Amino acid sequence: MSNTFLGMPSLPVFGSGNLNATEPFPKAARRELANTQLRANLGHATATIRDKRLKVVAELPDWEDMRDSGSAIKDATMANLPALLEQFEANFTVRGGVIHWARDAQEANEIVTALIQATGESEVVKVKSMATQEIGLNEYLQEQGIAAYETDLAELIVQLDHDKPSHILVPAIHKNRSQIREIFLREMVDVDPGLSDDPARLAEAARKHLRKKFLSAKVAVSGANFGLAETGTLTVVESEGNGRMCLTLPETLITVMGIEKLLPSFTDLEVFMQLLPRSSTGERMNPYTSLWTGVTPGDGPQNVHLVMLDNGRTAALADKMGRTALNCIRCSACMNVCPVYERTGGHAYGSTYPGPIGAILSPLMTGITSEENNSLPYASSLCGACYDACPVKINIPEVLVHLRGEDVDSTRGKVKVPTQMDLMMKGAQWAFSSGSHLNLLEKGLPLGKLVAGRNKVIKKLPGIAAGWTQSRDIPAPPSQSFRQWWAKEHKPGSAVGPGTTTEGEQA
Amino acid sequence: MSARDEVMNRIKSALRDAPVAPEIPRNYRRDSHMGAGQRLDLLVDRLVDYKANVFVVPAADASAKLAELLAGSSSIVVPHGLPESWLAAVKNDAGTVRLQVDSPERRLTVEELDAVDAVVTAAAVAVAETGTIMLDGSPSQGRRVISLVPDRHICLLLAQDIVEVLPEAIARLEPTSPQTWISGPSATSDIELERVEGVHGPRTLDVVILN
Repeated sequence: MSNTFLGMPSLPVFGSGNLNATEPFPKAARRELANTQLRANLGHATATIRDKRLKVVAELPDWEDMRDSGSAIKDATMANLPALLEQFEANFTVRGGVIHWARDAQEANEIVTALIQATGESEVVKVKSMATQEIGLNEYLQEQGIAAYETDLAELIVQLDHDKPSHILVPAIHKNRSQIREIFLREMVDVDPGLSDDPARLAEAARKHLRKKFLSAKVAVSGANFGLAETGTLTVVESEGNGRMCLTLPETLITVMGIEKLLPSFTDLEVFMQLLPRSSTGERMNPYTSLWTGVTPGDGPQNVHLVMLDNGRTAALADKMGRTALNCIRCSACMNVCPVYERTGGHAYGSTYPGPIGAILSPLMTGITSEENNSLPYASSLCGACYDACPVKINIPEVLVHLRGEDVDSTRGKVKVPTQMDLMMKGAQWAFSSGSHLNLLEKGLPLGKLVAGRNKVIKKLPGIAAGWTQSRDIPAPPSQSFRQWWAKEHKPGSAVGPGTTTEGEQA
Repeated sequence: MSARDEVMNRIKSALRDAPVAPEIPRNYRRDSHMGAGQRLDLLVDRLVDYKANVFVVPAADASAKLAELLAGSSSIVVPHGLPESWLAAVKNDAGTVRLQVDSPERRLTVEELDAVDAVVTAAAVAVAETGTIMLDGSPSQGRRVISLVPDRHICLLLAQDIVEVLPEAIARLEPTSPQTWISGPSATSDIELERVEGVHGPRTLDVVILN
């Protein structure tokens, strides 16, 4: 294997699959905001998880040191990615694993399908995986006549309801217990008709539903949380044991992993396995973590494959400022603290990756000009809570601003009809360019007072400004401006000069 | 061009600006400050928080404790390398508890494992701060599947194998062994973020710490 660079530097090749918003975020968000059940469920869930996370993070005296390490390890991984990938490949292969490379979603889907078909099976069990969600594997397999069964409880709920996940960690966060009970009663064959909406009973129903599938499955598909270059080891982090079932019972295991998921050494796991559970579920440690390195004779699947996925990751890597988004370990801490996500939910982002990280990752992977993804960098108040929460210190607000600039640049030079905003800006430019212009405008202030009426508030502004008054009132303007007051108080010949103030008017 | 070469080329092209890998600071805690007693207490506290059943007994009482815990079970599975002395009292109970040994020569089928009441294993190391028990597939811990399919997992842990923080445990593990890290019984928080113990893995985790 050579490190030499073959061919000319290429243009970024963007990703495909479930990464694109098909409608602008503002439009999707408006619809989701109207769903009061969703907002109630989300508000409860994000508040709960935020509190839990803060509590367990506060327990560790070295939390910030760990964030510093995590951030540096990931930066180093990206800087050394070619060498680390080759190292990983060599170690995984020498222990009996088989590696496949996929340029995009389509190629990854084809590889997984061919591997399943080679086993002669038409059913697979799946442990929740962001990468396979991203490439739309389940839908693709269905078209090829292969049934893929999601086994994570939340993924199962979403799959049974023919819905889409709305959160990367708790995909059914938008559904409450009574909705879940209804889905189970409607979609699960052999379900107890007397099923209650107690979470313990619902979990038990899922156990019964999947038990036989697990014990008879011949092929499983998984994602991976980390790939360790030094040893060729893969890691899956989970809670329910469905991951362990998929990773140990079947004869064939097919894992799909983004090329950015590597860590250089086994030791680095000590940092990330402290950062991840506390940031994601607010637990000191998740119930189950599995590690495997290629094939272990006599233990677990003996036919082990790994699909290394690009699908736009190299395009993100090519963006010097945006490549830090690839440091993401999919903990979801950023969405749980995001005021925008808390109100709109994950569906509004239109991609596998919602919330603040999705608002940068999706446009980086697909290109800012793709479909409606150019609205995603604006889906933020830039409050910075996501940066504070991120265990690997991804400066999401900085990348959001950078991508907004990219969006503006991408439309620069295109001839277009001036918008109201353009006209307003032109007007403002005229007004603020000279004192006399501004003075002239300020003569209109009493008019504003008149519009406001007796209760001294303006309820509705015209045109583009109407958006601002949609959910708030604007106080009536004063009857005169500071400039007008100053001119009145400082008539030529008056004794009041600079450095003194008139009584009662101290600034 | 193969997909591999093309992806590699894209990566190298994306890194044209030749970013420099930063020095990795490792100022987080990497070794223990607690005494053995504190570590044990902390581990017990964490495991109980996860709803595991924890028993601290003198090492000499391992066999008796195990027999007591298994009193209601009709069949159990153990890995072939489990210390013989731990099973002495269980074997004396012959007739009440059926003991099956999983070994490289005789691997139990999934159906056989599904039919047993409990599995008994040892552990490689445990982390007090996170309440995590680590199994590494060695003969006293067995194949990954035996501690997964039975509904009850009884794990015997030597007190000297308890460390305080995760980095100490990582240093003791062989990276390429098939590992399972266990922090409490199977659990889910997928419904309204309310934690429920018991989904697909063992719904009961008993930890016997041999002091």
